[in-house]
Amino acid sequence: MHHIYCPYCEEIREEEEYSYTGEAHIERPKDPASISDEVWGDYMFFRSNPRGIHHEMWYHAAGCRRYFNATRDTHSYQIHETYKMGELPTVTAPTKAAPTKAAAQGDAS
Amino acid sequence: MKKYSGFSLFKHSLSHHENWQAAWRSPQPKKEYDVIIVGGGGHGLATAYYLAKVHGITNVAVLEKGYLGGGNTARNTTIVRSNYLWDEASKLYDHSLDLWKDLSQDLNYNVMFSQRGVLNLGHTLQDMRDIERRVNANRLNGIDGVVLNTAEVKEIVPIINDSQDIRYPVLGASWQATAGVARHDAVAWGFARGADSFGVDLIQQCEVVDIVTEEGAVVGVQTTLGFIGAKKVACVTAGNSGVMAAMVGLRLPIESRPLQALVSEPIKPILDTVVMSNAVHAYVSQSDKGDLVIGAGTDSYNGYGQRGSFHVVEHTLSAICELFPMFSRVRMNRAWGGVVDTCPDACPIISKTSIKGLFFNCGWGTGGFKATPGSGHVFAHTLAHDEAHPLAAPFSLDRFNTGHLIDEHGAAGVAH
Amino acid sequence: MSQVNRIATGGRIDRSKPMSFTFNGKTFQGFDGDTLASAMLANGVGIVGRSFKYSRARGILGHGAEEPNALMQLHKGNETIPNPRATQVELFDGLISSSTNGWPSVEFDLMEWVGKIGGKMMPPGFYYKTFMAPQNMWMTYEKFIRKAAGFGKLSLDPDPDTYDKVNVHCDVMVVGAGPAGLAAALEAGRSGKRVIIVDEQNEFGGTLLASNQTVDGVEAATWAEQATSELARMSNVTSMPRTTAFGYYDHNFLCALERRTDHLGPVALTGTRQRLHRIRAHQVVLATGAIERPLVFGNNDLPGIMLANSVSTYIIRYAVVPGQRCVVMTTNDSGYQTALDIQAAGRTVVAVVDSRHAPDGRLVQAAKAAGIEVMAGHGVIEAQGSKRVTDVIVAPLDEAGDKLVGAGKTLSCDLVAVAGGWSPVVHLSCHTGSRPVWQEDVAGFVPGPTIQNQHLAGAIAGEYRLSQALNAGVQAGANAAGTQSTQVFDCGDESEGAAQALYIVPHTKPSSRAPKQFVDLQNDVTAAGIELAAREGFQSIEHVKRYTAMGFGTDQGKTGNVNGMAIVAKTLNKTIAETGTTIFRPAYTPVTFGAMGGRDIGVLLDPARHTAMHPWHLANGAEFENVGQWKRPWYFPQAGETMQQTLNRECLAVRNSVGMLDASTLGKIDIQGKDAREFLNRVYTNAWTKLAPGKCRYGLMLKEDGMIFDDGVTACLSDTHFLMTTTSGGAAAVLGWLELWHQTEWPELEVYFTSVTDQWATCSFAGPNSRKVLEKLCTDVDLSAQAMKFMDYREGTVAGIKSRIFRISFTGELSFEVNVPADQGHYMWKKLMEAGEEFGITPYGTESMHVLRAEKGFIIAGQDTDGSMTPYDCLMGWAVGKTKEFSFLGERSFSRPDTARTDRKQLVGLKPKDPTVVIPEGSQIVMDPNQPIPMDMMGHVTSSYWSECLGHGIAMGTVKGGSDRMGQTVYFPQADGRVLAAEICSPVFYDPKGDHHND
Repeated sequence: MHHIYCPYCEEIREEEEYSYTGEAHIERPKDPASISDEVWGDYMFFRSNPRGIHHEMWYHAAGCRRYFNATRDTHSYQIHETYKMGELPTVTAPTKAAPTKAAAQGDAS
Repeated sequence: MKKYSGFSLFKHSLSHHENWQAAWRSPQPKKEYDVIIVGGGGHGLATAYYLAKVHGITNVAVLEKGYLGGGNTARNTTIVRSNYLWDEASKLYDHSLDLWKDLSQDLNYNVMFSQRGVLNLGHTLQDMRDIERRVNANRLNGIDGVVLNTAEVKEIVPIINDSQDIRYPVLGASWQATAGVARHDAVAWGFARGADSFGVDLIQQCEVVDIVTEEGAVVGVQTTLGFIGAKKVACVTAGNSGVMAAMVGLRLPIESRPLQALVSEPIKPILDTVVMSNAVHAYVSQSDKGDLVIGAGTDSYNGYGQRGSFHVVEHTLSAICELFPMFSRVRMNRAWGGVVDTCPDACPIISKTSIKGLFFNCGWGTGGFKATPGSGHVFAHTLAHDEAHPLAAPFSLDRFNTGHLIDEHGAAGVAH
Repeated sequence: MSQVNRIATGGRIDRSKPMSFTFNGKTFQGFDGDTLASAMLANGVGIVGRSFKYSRARGILGHGAEEPNALMQLHKGNETIPNPRATQVELFDGLISSSTNGWPSVEFDLMEWVGKIGGKMMPPGFYYKTFMAPQNMWMTYEKFIRKAAGFGKLSLDPDPDTYDKVNVHCDVMVVGAGPAGLAAALEAGRSGKRVIIVDEQNEFGGTLLASNQTVDGVEAATWAEQATSELARMSNVTSMPRTTAFGYYDHNFLCALERRTDHLGPVALTGTRQRLHRIRAHQVVLATGAIERPLVFGNNDLPGIMLANSVSTYIIRYAVVPGQRCVVMTTNDSGYQTALDIQAAGRTVVAVVDSRHAPDGRLVQAAKAAGIEVMAGHGVIEAQGSKRVTDVIVAPLDEAGDKLVGAGKTLSCDLVAVAGGWSPVVHLSCHTGSRPVWQEDVAGFVPGPTIQNQHLAGAIAGEYRLSQALNAGVQAGANAAGTQSTQVFDCGDESEGAAQALYIVPHTKPSSRAPKQFVDLQNDVTAAGIELAAREGFQSIEHVKRYTAMGFGTDQGKTGNVNGMAIVAKTLNKTIAETGTTIFRPAYTPVTFGAMGGRDIGVLLDPARHTAMHPWHLANGAEFENVGQWKRPWYFPQAGETMQQTLNRECLAVRNSVGMLDASTLGKIDIQGKDAREFLNRVYTNAWTKLAPGKCRYGLMLKEDGMIFDDGVTACLSDTHFLMTTTSGGAAAVLGWLELWHQTEWPELEVYFTSVTDQWATCSFAGPNSRKVLEKLCTDVDLSAQAMKFMDYREGTVAGIKSRIFRISFTGELSFEVNVPADQGHYMWKKLMEAGEEFGITPYGTESMHVLRAEKGFIIAGQDTDGSMTPYDCLMGWAVGKTKEFSFLGERSFSRPDTARTDRKQLVGLKPKDPTVVIPEGSQIVMDPNQPIPMDMMGHVTSSYWSECLGHGIAMGTVKGGSDRMGQTVYFPQADGRVLAAEICSPVFYDPKGDHHND
């Protein structure tokens, strides 16, 4: 049962007030028409899904209705920080950079 | 492998069971294998078994970081059915159901596959439209299923609340009589014993920490027991697929979420079938020991913690008490969580990758247990031939780029 | 019947309040303050149940949550409660109890013989090795296996009790009100912090209530009473006895079950039986104590073999001494206390059998001084007896306790008190993912590292002595409250001899041949079984657990687990730290489903939303349909009508005169801001740049994958103000979707969204006479066809109320929607019904609405689409803006190879060949009805109705390449063997030119 600080309400509130809305910092391609199906598919579906530090979005659905970001450990469930949209995290994963390449089927594709 | 039977039990009882041999060896890893399977859960062990049995590939290692069958195989609610909506999915799951039917005999290990039937309840008019659609599709695909009205549901499950005055009354259900449950641990152990008997090395307490590639091709894996070479590496690591992919800098269309389940204290048998309801997020059966085995919904967030949030369990038990008012006095004995790899279209990924020799079998979401034999069977073919088994072909990674998703979310009564 | 084992004085029972109860049909007497277990023991009851697998006779082992055997069935008839432990049931007058198994009786159980004879064939895992041939026979075998399944029985009637929940917050949550917990709560409470302290028993005090020790010179129980009353006087402290903290969840969230009426009698006639406390604590102090370990030796499951600490508890707390002649078997000093207690109660201590060779602690000296025989360096290797222990065989052990070093001798006794050391109650600490660690010096698992704000105090951390526990409690309380304390208690218990870690007492025979040495009593797991599991390759502790079922019982291995793990370790030549432990999961003790459901059952399972006009619908006999959380009128039957007759009447009224629908449930989102128009351009498929104020437009909303997700009409109120409507079920999701894009991708757009679904009520009336109805009530808007065109929007006064008037149509008829503030919706509805009376205005529900829209080929998102349909698939390319500057959501996906296929499933009309037929919705569509199974399915029927105005059935469905198959015949094989046929056609069956809605 997460207890989450909403950076807009400036209060810690119960998980049941929020909706989890997926990985944070995924930008919509500026010119979708110019990119390949692979890049578009990557944007829509492929996620880093780490075990450990994860930057993710939560929606204060039963509160201020703002989306915000959280840096949360997906294994210990510890929330290191929450921060507003447009801001960058101050806590990041210590090891190698998150993978950036979407897996593809390989020689068949 | 010494055959198990009633007679062997009797014979061993005369020597006080002191002479049973181990169900599998505990070998040290060799330097190199033809195929390394990462993940010693049900799917991985089934893959190893069929690789050896069907394709004669026995120079195989299954690497397991913990103990065999210790992941979602050990944590699910053991439902086996095949009444999925779309052709691709229903054919894959039905292939699995066919294998289930002879699995105990095939493995010489009683997996206790009990075809006690599965009901998927409908609570709204749209639920019933979806059920009609799915059952019709199943029937024309040769998969057994009928649509039942409330009275017919009541006949099969006399203890269900058939009042039409409740918040979400039971309007009807789909009924797959050949579906049922199996003993989850036994499936892993049976496949493990079978694979071992063909010479497959099952190596426990061996964590893969890196996948080693050279010029875009797999050459082996780095493990806590050192480097082990192989030209083909198959990741069957539900709940950790993203972590495996990240080792070679890849991402998957997967998010890993906690899925909770619980059992009650054992009570005298009262429920002989499996009852599932997507609309109110609850499904329940009663085990041969007498516990009610109940599945809850998936938690909303990514999580590898094998535990979820309490309100999910509360919600499920509200729904259970609504469907079965007498269950209110039953007590929850134990609740736990598994980590499920969820895909955008609620269908698995059985696929090659852009790295030569690296294969993934993952993304089974909340319902992988039922697919265990089928998944292993088609994946073994894929590994052996370097080409997808026809039933596995639609489940490639490509579909996320081409748009050929097999969306079992919409109307299919997905879940477990 | 007299209470043969009751001591004349002492104990925390009220002898002035005798209580009568029955067990297995026999009537007994106990006292207020007894548990069912203490009362049974007082009356000399020996056998309380039969074991699961071998049907062996079992008696009471413990005195609390650890009890594995004494599972009861309480009460009779509808009010029966399965499986409570007798040790945790408070006695009340008239209590009726029985064992949960044993046939024909628990005293004489025929199954025992099956267990004795067949047991040899039933080692762990035997069922995996047999019952396989042939496989389809398994279900037959299973029928017999299931006959033996389960403990208690459930009544088939609904639970007569109610349950509820509260949400609670505190600074410090103390779990356990034994010495450590009380000391912690006092310390935290005195600091002024908000404290909650819970304990599962009926009164606070824990082990203090069964102790002969003193705390700073005060008798232990008296000290507990004083501490309890000091806590009760603090307004910042909430004290809750009879409350079990059963789950510890992330971020210091704990769940505790309060039993409010179980101790009073069968059913709570008033109020709540149990209450679930959902507690969010800043700091948590776990003071959950420790559970004594039994010892593993031959036949150690016989009735009369009990935990030593439990024997002491029964004597001191309940004034019950559960035997005449007692042998104490111990590995540490605590067993000597029990020996002293038994002697003080006037019964015989045959001997204290101590596995240690030179015990010399304070209590050892005291026992010797009291003349008790001490057999140092010995162990009880086997108990004998059939229904109760009658003798034990005692033999000398080597120093390590591994081997017998001499011949055994037999001691006669009827009670064996076993003291095998202590297992800290680490259960709650595991629930948040922390793994317990083995601590050699306390010979037990203690809580491992955690990220929760958690403090440990007392026996849970291996601080077993009373003074240690109290002092640790003070420090934990201080740490949790952020204070400091130097308080130290004196209990005169400083000297204690070292304990020996002994997990199985050796026998003259190996475990496989010795009498059964039980580890887990509830699941009949033996030492031999564990060794067999290890021999068969099940070497991980989790494998052993799963193969043998050790720890899977309702006691979750509270007594047996550590012994079992040690036996595994020994078998594998490893240390216990290496083999490790399994992880305890919630619940600490079983929790009633009803309590977790609370009041969220019945009509409160999910909120039901009603529109402003709901009372009218009820009064006029509407049947309702669940749409999302809404209760919508489905149809309005009149006396004697079938549903189809109702629909025919309702639909014809719309086509011929006027009908009215309550459309209040459609989601309504108010969108304002200078960039509102641009925002709509991006989230809808079509263009919004040129939509003038006073005009409405239909829009399709897609997910990025190009699939339809919602639809609706949006009105332009002004250049910077729009009102969007959504589907009834999709309103919240659409609002979240709009906010998502605005807040994450396009914050530079100035636009604001407000949900106004509940603020406006909507009367939608359609039919050729609809204008006439509105004209009667609205005089300040020119409603003429020339002035207010199809898809126009006006503000005006209707029936004296400021209203929003839309000329939009979902029926294909001339149609208006009047939106008024919700509190005036019921009034407006009635006024419109009155105004329409002369035209026979007819209320209609969702079903007729579905028919009317299907006659026009309008889709319902979620029924005709399923997340796999693009606008093109719905033949709605007209609603896609091809020249929009900004790439709207989902557009890019159209060009993916699979989405761009022309042979995708497309939504078409289906006209049944037999006009009297209505094709069942959900029918699958095939081209060749004679194809053998599996058949090639082309699509399915999404909507299908009888059209009274057209005089034939109509349907919509998806068909592969359907738009190129107009005029072709398709077939619908039915479950009953019928094959229906239809012709593919345009989905617009009625008024294809749109003359009616343009009137």
